[in-house]
Amino acid sequence: MEPFKQLTGIVAPVDRVNVDTDAIIPKQFLKRIERSGFGQFLFYEWRFHENGDINADFEPNKPRYEGASVLISRANFGCGSSREHAPWAILDYGYKVIIAPSYADIFFNNCFKNGILPIKLSEEQVEDLFQRTAQHEGYKLHVDLESKTLSDDYGLKLSFDIDEHRRQFLLQGLDDIGLTLQHEDKITAYEQKHAARLGQKA
Amino acid sequence: MAKKTMFEKIWDNHVIHQEEGKPSVIYIDLQLVHEVTSPQAFEGLRLSGRKVRRPDLTFATMDHNVPTKDRFNITDPISKQQIDTLTQNCQDFGVKLYGLDSLDQGVVHVMGPELGLTHPGKTIVCGDSHTSTHGAFGALAFGIGTSEVEHVMATQCLQQSKAKTMEVRFHGKRKPGVTAKDLILGVIAQYGTDFATGYVIEYRGEAITSLTMEERMTVCNMSIEAGARAGLIAPDETTFNYLRGREYAPANFDEAVAEWSKLVTDEGAEFDTVVDFDVDSLIPQVTWGTSPGMGTDITSVVPNPADMATENERKAAEKALEYMDLKPGTPMTEIEIDYVFIGSCTNGRIEDLRAAAEIARGYKVSEKVTAIVVPGSGRVKIQAENEGLDKIFIEAGFEWRDAGCSMCLAMNPDVLVPGQRCASTSNRNFEGRQGRGGRTHLVSPAMAVAAAINGRFTDVRDWEIKEPVLS
Repeated sequence: MEPFKQLTGIVAPVDRVNVDTDAIIPKQFLKRIERSGFGQFLFYEWRFHENGDINADFEPNKPRYEGASVLISRANFGCGSSREHAPWAILDYGYKVIIAPSYADIFFNNCFKNGILPIKLSEEQVEDLFQRTAQHEGYKLHVDLESKTLSDDYGLKLSFDIDEHRRQFLLQGLDDIGLTLQHEDKITAYEQKHAARLGQKA
Repeated sequence: MAKKTMFEKIWDNHVIHQEEGKPSVIYIDLQLVHEVTSPQAFEGLRLSGRKVRRPDLTFATMDHNVPTKDRFNITDPISKQQIDTLTQNCQDFGVKLYGLDSLDQGVVHVMGPELGLTHPGKTIVCGDSHTSTHGAFGALAFGIGTSEVEHVMATQCLQQSKAKTMEVRFHGKRKPGVTAKDLILGVIAQYGTDFATGYVIEYRGEAITSLTMEERMTVCNMSIEAGARAGLIAPDETTFNYLRGREYAPANFDEAVAEWSKLVTDEGAEFDTVVDFDVDSLIPQVTWGTSPGMGTDITSVVPNPADMATENERKAAEKALEYMDLKPGTPMTEIEIDYVFIGSCTNGRIEDLRAAAEIARGYKVSEKVTAIVVPGSGRVKIQAENEGLDKIFIEAGFEWRDAGCSMCLAMNPDVLVPGQRCASTSNRNFEGRQGRGGRTHLVSPAMAVAAAINGRFTDVRDWEIKEPVLS
């Protein structure tokens, strides 16, 4: 996985609570057997009209947000289905940072597996970012995971909390299967101890 | 000794390694696999030259893409490729597959318990958020993403931070006409879709212990709609009686029961949070919006967004009502429907079909309504046919289908067309969930049948049962 250290990017807003993973990537696009190529389907039913035309009213579709790499949204982002196709689509589309007051557990976890940084801020801080994004065309945030800070060109500077293990995981772009396999001895010992419960093969 | 909750006991039994400031490595006793969230995991194993560590603890089926009519004739080439890929992957990696030609094939969370794979005290994962269903047995069961599916395949372990514990305490008894589905819809309507984020819920109280095993699965199934990592119900005689004699029940069953009995939360153990829910005043529930928490009593009306507590909730309700094409103040019983879906991992089991048939018998589905009944598994289908339920449904004007996820998520040919309104026994009413522009109202199976017959939502408590199915 690509390490994530810092990023400066245009901010795009999705001003809704409870953005679910069905909205992030509708089920008709989950049939692919690859990890790549999902970006074209991101927020599909919001981005496009039924006839396939671009929905100009969907905020991130506006030209001012072109090339955005930071997504801001409201509480309980990523709720619903566990589909990892959601972070795959977000990343493939070009977003590497998400900022919201809260996330659904499975989605939050899936982000880290793909090198996406999901930042939690208070409702008030997120509201402030929505206002700044609306106010300044081409509004950018500078995200620094090493110092755990966010800043903009208009004097904003704030720090965010993130679990230290998860921070290291992103900074170093670790392979967590490899990390677990460092405990191979303990896994084998567990399997032997619980052989009766787990079946014959251990 | 410190008093522990059931979650803490199961957790402690599975910790392989823990270190301050890092997630624990926990052992996974069972992984269930389906065609949608597994191809990239198998591919990851191939790319890194890894194998499935414990194929004997890994079981697969196909459910999301499966057509519920003419199942061997999959016309969508991408669906077919996904199904064929699972077949090939299971063959290559030695994983047991209950495929389209198997009697046991079905919605993964219906199939697993039926086979007796789900035991109290197990850790169970699947690349599917409704894995929470298995918590009904007192198993710690939760959905994971595809990267973690690969992780479990490769290591039989997961890195997890320990969740917090929450008791949802039910007070009082269910009144007639109030189902397990209403219990969980009621909790989510009252407390919202994220009140349990970061928690494992344990459902407790007489209204829970008096439920059958299948009813408990309905409750635990929708734990994820409360945001919970997992939902648990303590194992008891109901659990043991359900499991006894099933194909994958432990050979030394009595010893297993003795172990399982120790899993229950110790008297005096403390939960991080307790939430209370009044069952006495609960009546049948219907959702009106595009989030499972946007629900209300069947006797109530569509709410007014202006009455919402916060600005964000008001905006969400406005968007939901616009999408749902509903006006504030409309009585729920005046909302007319076009479609009825009975099935899913929430309500596609034999007891659900019996409850549905009880309401349907002797009536006819409204002329303007299309209504389908989709058994949760091949076994459920056969059982229902043995009991003659299929005939009751067909006579009443329902379509009787083959097992699959069907219209719960519409990844198969069962899809709403834009503007259609559906009374659905599934678990999610998100925008587009059952098809772009489709409008979903979540209800119990009995309520879904009553809606199918009257063409609008109906309080099932007033229903005249013509010929009882349930004894």
